[in-house]
Amino acid sequence: MTERVGVYVCHCGSNIAGTVDVVDVANWAAEKLGRQGVIIAREYKFMCSSLGQELIEKDIKELGLTRVVVAACSPHLHEKTFRTAAKNAGLNPYLVELASIREQVSWVHSDKAVATAKAKAVVSGAVSRVIENAALEEIKVPINPNTLVVGGGIAGIQSALEIANAGFHVYLVEREPSIGGHMAQFDKTFPTLDCSACILTPRMVEAGTHPNITLLTWSEVTNVAGYVGNFHVTIKKKARFINEELCTGCGICQEKCPKKVIDDVYEAGLGYRKAVYTPFAQAVPNFPVMDKENCTYFIKGTCKACEKFCPTGAIDFNQQDEMLHIDVGNIVLATGYDLFDARRVSNYGYGRLPNVFTSLEFERLSNAAGPTSGNIVLRDGKTTPKSVGIIHCVGSRDKNFNNYCSVICCMQGLKFAHLVHERTGATVYNFYIDMRTAYKAYDEFYQRVLEEGTLFVRGKVAEVTNAARNEREKGKLIIQVEDTLAGKQRRIPVDMVILSSGLQPRADAKEVGKMFGISCSMDGWFTEKHPKLDPVATMTEGIYIVGCAQGPKDIPSSVAQGAAASARVLDKILQKEVALEPIKASVNQALCSGCKICNGLCPFNAITFIEDDKVTSINPALCQGCGTCVAACPAGAISGTGFSNEQIIAQIDGLMMRNLEPIVA
Amino acid sequence: MTDQFEPTIIGFTCNWCSYRASDLAGTARMKYAPNVRLIRLMCSGRLDPTFVLRALSDGADGVMITGCHPGECHYIEQNYKALRRYLLLKRVLVGLGIEPERVKLVWASAAEGAKFAAETTAFVEEVRKLGPLNWGRTDGGNAE
Repeated sequence: MTERVGVYVCHCGSNIAGTVDVVDVANWAAEKLGRQGVIIAREYKFMCSSLGQELIEKDIKELGLTRVVVAACSPHLHEKTFRTAAKNAGLNPYLVELASIREQVSWVHSDKAVATAKAKAVVSGAVSRVIENAALEEIKVPINPNTLVVGGGIAGIQSALEIANAGFHVYLVEREPSIGGHMAQFDKTFPTLDCSACILTPRMVEAGTHPNITLLTWSEVTNVAGYVGNFHVTIKKKARFINEELCTGCGICQEKCPKKVIDDVYEAGLGYRKAVYTPFAQAVPNFPVMDKENCTYFIKGTCKACEKFCPTGAIDFNQQDEMLHIDVGNIVLATGYDLFDARRVSNYGYGRLPNVFTSLEFERLSNAAGPTSGNIVLRDGKTTPKSVGIIHCVGSRDKNFNNYCSVICCMQGLKFAHLVHERTGATVYNFYIDMRTAYKAYDEFYQRVLEEGTLFVRGKVAEVTNAARNEREKGKLIIQVEDTLAGKQRRIPVDMVILSSGLQPRADAKEVGKMFGISCSMDGWFTEKHPKLDPVATMTEGIYIVGCAQGPKDIPSSVAQGAAASARVLDKILQKEVALEPIKASVNQALCSGCKICNGLCPFNAITFIEDDKVTSINPALCQGCGTCVAACPAGAISGTGFSNEQIIAQIDGLMMRNLEPIVA
Repeated sequence: MTDQFEPTIIGFTCNWCSYRASDLAGTARMKYAPNVRLIRLMCSGRLDPTFVLRALSDGADGVMITGCHPGECHYIEQNYKALRRYLLLKRVLVGLGIEPERVKLVWASAAEGAKFAAETTAFVEEVRKLGPLNWGRTDGGNAE
């Protein structure tokens, strides 16, 4: 059947018409592309306007067009507009092709003759291609109303609560024994100096007791299969050696356990916990966890003090890891960050000079529930520092470590300055490259800290050393810095140094990303669908990223993202089904030779080999439409809708004016 | 117009990065050489090397393949597959008597409109130096 093609050339005001002779392009298309099937070519001031669209709709109906080419802007802008217009006129929307003569021609070239010639080639390419387009239907898949939230920090908690409050079920998975995340370790939160636990723990309890939330702590996701609306997730629930049905959380086991262990996680190595423990008093859930590596019974085979004293008989030394299989429709990843390892900046002496502290260590020192009951003291556990230096940008904005700004460290450094000042009266120095206090009430906090008398030195610290050069420096930590405002080198002796370390992607972010089918940026943070307009969605439908997993951010932004992702999830759930772009690969099994060349190419596990028939098959629901397998098939057995070989080759021929007179500019 | 040779180049772009980079070059009104005509694919991994040969046999003097930077592929890792095919294709081109420099792979993220424009202009100059290919003509281009 001969196709009847309509070509519509847009002026876009003067955006296109100023550089491209649009009338010439339309006349040329009508005259020279007739053999290709063009029966009408028009130009109009604004094709995207309702009048422009009506023009196309009218032609489809009256002239019986079977294909439409709109030579206008980028398909990313108005493809949908013209597809909808075609649909309104009864033409399958996928039989419309956009020729981008604005972004690719008029806006990037100056010579009118050259630009007009190129516009003709682009139109010719689109006409050749559209003939090969096939009528397609959107693919609809049902949505499972359950949601998985991975990570129980504040972002994940917020996300889980929003969805649960809307009446839908959430599985909240956390790999530590308690939810709460990094926020549970903090003392105060900037800029309001709210007590972190006071604002966080009610949310934790709400999440822990919510009828719509299944809380799975001490658990990790080990496998993800399926696609939007229909994910199948495997979760490993690690053995706690505590029967959760029987445990009341009374804490007697922790009291009686004779084994003390340095707490590297929650107390940042500054305090102790027992071998059976809850990480902190307000932990949710309140069931303890037995640390098998350190438990005397597991090491020596005797002890069982906890079992002896447990009033409900909840200790179970024979408990095994459990594999849970759940089905969910959407997944929110709130996996958080790792703190930059300050040991890597060896010239700052962390790990070598005892009185150099990391930010997390300081959080625990200043926390009233921490190992020193909130007393800010040196590593000896008793001396109050008289002078403290706080170094900003540790591991951030540094080509040797991380190029990016970790966002929170300036405000964190200011918060530390305030707390040291308030609790010890010590002289406080803040060493900064630039002071970044954007967002609501942040700069006001900076002004407040300035007024409190904190001394600010602008310059990147070169070194922290204990090698004194004079009496004044003896027994002190000396901060060597170029004061870039005074324009000179300074040596400032202090008792204590706090490193305002930056944030890093989780050490396993790459593997986690791969498991969920999403990618990481060069820096290692999860990549959002659009950095501005779609910051919580990812390129994989049904997977969302919130909080620091997406990039460094503060608590308000993490909470906002958690809620934002939930709105997107609820939107999906309420639609009950989701429409997928019909760009998919499929195998013509009559042509498939079973060579398996394509089998290893799909990162979405859409390709499977059917052993019985010795042919390959592609699951359209898993296929993301990249077309890599289509390009790889030596038998030409795989075809990809939307971007078929025929369409692409036709476009090449069209662009190259194959079988047409060459255009002379 | 001067008499200098104006090559024709086909550019393959990835829907998620380099095509958006070309959009960005447009919105930012960055000027670049008009010799390139773009084709949008969903991914550089979709690029069947025979497309390149088709373009050259249709009369193109050069082909530019563009995709997401390594590690930033929208489809996780398919640009690596494009890279492999590109390297193999270059060897095939040598066997066919075509200067392998006529085909170039460029990584450009959606944010790199300026890079896209600069790379395009640079490639046009490289191909201009190589001269016309005339591969698709049975008379070897002698008819001119």
